[in-house]
Amino acid sequence: MPIDLDSTPRLAPGVRLGQNNNQQVLLMPERALRLNGPSLEIVQRCDGKRTVREIVTQLQKLYSKAEPAKVESDILGYLNLLQDQRALDFE
Amino acid sequence: MTPQAPLTNPLALIAELTHRCPLHCVYCSNPLELTARSTELSTETWSSVFQQAAKLGVLQADFTGGEPLARTDIHDLIKSARAAGLYVNLITSGLPLDEPKLAQLVDSGLDHIQLSFQGADADTAEEISGTKSHAQKLRVLEWLKKVRVAVTLNFVIHRRNIDQIDEMLKIAESSSATRIEFANVQYYGWGFANRDSLLPTRAQLDQSLIKIKAAEERLRGKIRIESVVPDYYAKYPKPCMGGWGRKLMLITPSGEALPCHAAKIIPGLQFANVKDTLLAEIWRDSDAFQKFRGESWMQDPCKTCDRRAIDFAGCHCQALLLAGDPAATDPVCTLSPNRPKIDAVLTAINSPTPETAVVGAGFTPPSPRLGTDSTVDVRPEWLYRPNPT
Repeated sequence: MPIDLDSTPRLAPGVRLGQNNNQQVLLMPERALRLNGPSLEIVQRCDGKRTVREIVTQLQKLYSKAEPAKVESDILGYLNLLQDQRALDFE
Repeated sequence: MTPQAPLTNPLALIAELTHRCPLHCVYCSNPLELTARSTELSTETWSSVFQQAAKLGVLQADFTGGEPLARTDIHDLIKSARAAGLYVNLITSGLPLDEPKLAQLVDSGLDHIQLSFQGADADTAEEISGTKSHAQKLRVLEWLKKVRVAVTLNFVIHRRNIDQIDEMLKIAESSSATRIEFANVQYYGWGFANRDSLLPTRAQLDQSLIKIKAAEERLRGKIRIESVVPDYYAKYPKPCMGGWGRKLMLITPSGEALPCHAAKIIPGLQFANVKDTLLAEIWRDSDAFQKFRGESWMQDPCKTCDRRAIDFAGCHCQALLLAGDPAATDPVCTLSPNRPKIDAVLTAINSPTPETAVVGAGFTPPSPRLGTDSTVDVRPEWLYRPNPT
């Protein structure tokens, strides 16, 4: 399913941030996903308030040295992965 | 000598809180000898186990049983596992629940609830579990819509209900579940004792896999579907618990630490107990966890096989049951010299006897319509799991 830029992603029930050996992880049913810098920045903004478009704009500023189009496609790709894991609700 | 595999951290702790259960399922994964209530671990000991597990690197705790809700201290156990930093899964029949109790579990910090289903309708479920339970499970699904918790519906699949995949999907789609598990019965313990009544036919299995695959596509992004096929029909074995002593640790109701659910059937294994040994020590050094780590214990054909780092020789309990040696290659492997034993079972199941022919047709109850030939009694003789005292 393509991601709608105007939708507001939010972590699904039972999906939350956790810590393991000083490493941030995204915990979900029968899975845990390691979060590096950019993926953590994305996940922390999936709060049900920001739209995908806003998340993209914010990260394009944060990673201003990267190509903006690349930042956008990376974010959409990552949100797609989380959606396939059923880790997000899009409202 | 084969080099020892590097020691990994356990990622999940399976906490068998009790063997008590209102259900009596014919494929129960609990051992044939159940633990009595009087020897169950205290709240404090479990709490210490959770703390130690988190320090060892464990991320998730699976509360199971028996029926974990039979523990009156379940809220304290959830709170202490959360306080230790663990993600808390509860695997339940749903039978002891009511709406306020469920809300309380979620308030205590429960992350994920797995509701087990024994069938898609009351008759099948009752036949399998020996209990009237189906209507209650449907009520639990309604209550679950009102709380914020991850929900998995766990359908335990076998010959009697494998033709109900569509009906099972309907139940899931009208619920708040974000995940479905279609788990075929594994044939050890109670499942092994009842194998000839439980193993599906190949035609049934193929049909179910087509339906599951279509549902995966259709529900992508809405419900994540996972399915485990009966390994008798597989070409290669599954990696037992992700590899013996590599990812998982199971603690029995009385505190013994096991590398897998069924490990106690393996003769000669010594199990350390969390009451007197630290979890880290058990994980690293105990006899049971060391036994099938690495590769040095492997036999032919595993020890030179390219797949040995994928399936770790498969399931040792199955190797013991069918080949008489837990270190042997899992007999479901087509490279195993014992594979003909599996094939003989499959041939018997798939031959067109009156039983398989009728059962394969669908929801037919076990008696008396099954017997088309009056000289053949085809009623399944279920061996039910009792309840410990």
